Amino acid sequence: MIALLTSVLAITLRAGTSLIYATVGEIFTERSGILNLGLEGIMLMGAVTAFATGYYTGSLFLGLLVAVLVGAFLAAIHAFLTVTMRANQVVSGLSITLFGSGLASFLGQRLGPASNNFYLVGLVGVRFTVLRIPLLSDLPVLGALFRQDLLTYIVYLLVPLAWFYLYKTRSGLNLRAVGESPETADAMGIDVARVRYLYTILGGMLVSLGGAHLSLSYTPGWAENITGGRGWIVIALVIFAMWNPLRSVLGAVLFGGINAVQFRLQAQGTTIPAAFLNMLPYLTTVLVLVVMTWWEALSKRIGAPAALGTAYMREDK
Amino acid sequence: MRIVIEKRQSISRTAIFLVPVLSFFISLLLGALLLWASKANPLDTYAAMARGAFGSWSNFSETLVKAIPLMLTGLGVAIAFRMRFWNIGAEGQLTLGGVAAAWVALFWSQYLPDGMVLPLVLLLGMIAGAVWAGVPALLKALLKVDETLTTLMLNYVAILFSEHLYYGPWRDPQGYGFPGTAPFPEAAWLPRLSMQVRVHWGLIFAVVLALVLWFVLNRTRWGFELRIIGENQTAARYLGINIARNVVLALLVSGALSGLAGACEVAAISRRLQQGLSMGYGYTAIIVAWMAQLNPIAVLFVSVLMAGLLVGGDQVQMVMRLPAAVGLVLQGMMLLPLLAGSLFTEYRLRVIRTPSAPSLAEEVSS
Repeated sequence: MIALLTSVLAITLRAGTSLIYATVGEIFTERSGILNLGLEGIMLMGAVTAFATGYYTGSLFLGLLVAVLVGAFLAAIHAFLTVTMRANQVVSGLSITLFGSGLASFLGQRLGPASNNFYLVGLVGVRFTVLRIPLLSDLPVLGALFRQDLLTYIVYLLVPLAWFYLYKTRSGLNLRAVGESPETADAMGIDVARVRYLYTILGGMLVSLGGAHLSLSYTPGWAENITGGRGWIVIALVIFAMWNPLRSVLGAVLFGGINAVQFRLQAQGTTIPAAFLNMLPYLTTVLVLVVMTWWEALSKRIGAPAALGTAYMREDK
Repeated sequence: MRIVIEKRQSISRTAIFLVPVLSFFISLLLGALLLWASKANPLDTYAAMARGAFGSWSNFSETLVKAIPLMLTGLGVAIAFRMRFWNIGAEGQLTLGGVAAAWVALFWSQYLPDGMVLPLVLLLGMIAGAVWAGVPALLKALLKVDETLTTLMLNYVAILFSEHLYYGPWRDPQGYGFPGTAPFPEAAWLPRLSMQVRVHWGLIFAVVLALVLWFVLNRTRWGFELRIIGENQTAARYLGINIARNVVLALLVSGALSGLAGACEVAAISRRLQQGLSMGYGYTAIIVAWMAQLNPIAVLFVSVLMAGLLVGGDQVQMVMRLPAAVGLVLQGMMLLPLLAGSLFTEYRLRVIRTPSAPSLAEEVSS
């Protein structure tokens, strides 16, 4: 039993890490009033560029750095289109996803060595290894928390820090003001456009790190469509977390847990066809959405930024 | 002097036409940079793509083959987008349409008169697509559940379900381990337009449906209601338009179109349900619909262009050993300038000169 719990916890954490990076990133973005549906494309680009950089330079750090820059760049396009050019946020996000996934699959077929037909698929590159924390990692069950790699340890810090920033600092207050009521924030002297650019880009960086985690740690390696819809699931997780970074852990644990259950059941040779087990994360996402929406209808608000998805311009008033 | 952005009184017709055309060329330019960076000659590549897609009748016919599902799904996406219902589930609706069509073809045709098989194959395909779009539509209409996520999640469910069928219970026992069902009986085949090419009746369906859809959207009361809902929900409510009912109805049509695309693919091209039914047409359909500015007639032409990029991409892979994904990259890049440019269809830039000193001072101080 203890062995089972420990393994479920370990798999949950490993599967949940990339989800938490992306969820916290998207929470920042959405708190500024910008909905970024480009996550799937950004994660794919983060995964492919981090892996390729790591493969050629042998440096994990450079891999992460490139992924962060690429994520920032893609998110900046989204910010430009939605803030400056006032494009529809849904369609702009969709196009970032389509562009990002197309480009990622192009790069995946082009960046590899000549010996592998220029493909990145199937190569073994650098990867994060497990760092055991002395003593703590020997704890029963909970020890699994301390037998993770660096990216997961960073998540332990990221989540409380993000929460603190959002709720306990002046900049966090300004950010929430912009997402709740850009008119008021503007009147308070906050530069709405600047805040929206800033947090859309910051969000893109974190989302891209989530992608890098997949290719440098979770999978590891590059495969077409390595994200398997995680970028979309994250959009639902943000709602599930009610736009609070602390609660992003819940969603990630739920979905990481589904992965772990799938894993165990398949390992034990269940009679449930694999396809139906693989549907679980997607069906759960739909269910989560329905429940959250219904809950919102009951209790009026679950914390969605009031101005989410709307462009702001002074002249429109 | 300063530049202000102001809303136009009405949408600019020139911009509606010019912006997509310019976006296409900008995406070619950006693509050229990417090709150049990956040590390929952009001009040669584009020439090879154009030859591959449009260079001969047989190549062009393959482009048309790929354009058919794009036309049908593109029409489906366009009608949903017109109501600002972000149906990105065309891929799943197409897949489930193919599954339902295969179900009829494989398990019903022996009990049916020959003439009934094909109509039922297509009809069931449409119904399955409609149901798959209808679920998110109902969730949206009744509970206000966000449709972008539900439609997208159902894509994965539909694709996994179809894989389960042709890898599992529906797998052809004589298929030598090949993942796919047995071939359909001939009565379930959708005829091709000639012996030499794979272009099939789906093309005619798509053209006719585009014309019908254009007429319905622009010349009927229902089309008017849909337009109002898309442009201004508050106004629609004041006019007494039943938004929930219209959204569900429009989405049933939207899903049926994608379902038909899937049914046509399995009944005319593969003539069995197998790997490769969902090739991403449902996602490309989003680009098609947006490039066509949600105009059904324009969807037909944009589909041919997008299919050309796909076929051309396959060609450069064979001829120049470049990734076929180059077609996907170009498609993906097209929407970005298109969105940036859409500012100019709804707004205009106006340069305001400020001749007198006091007003200039005002500008600085504000």
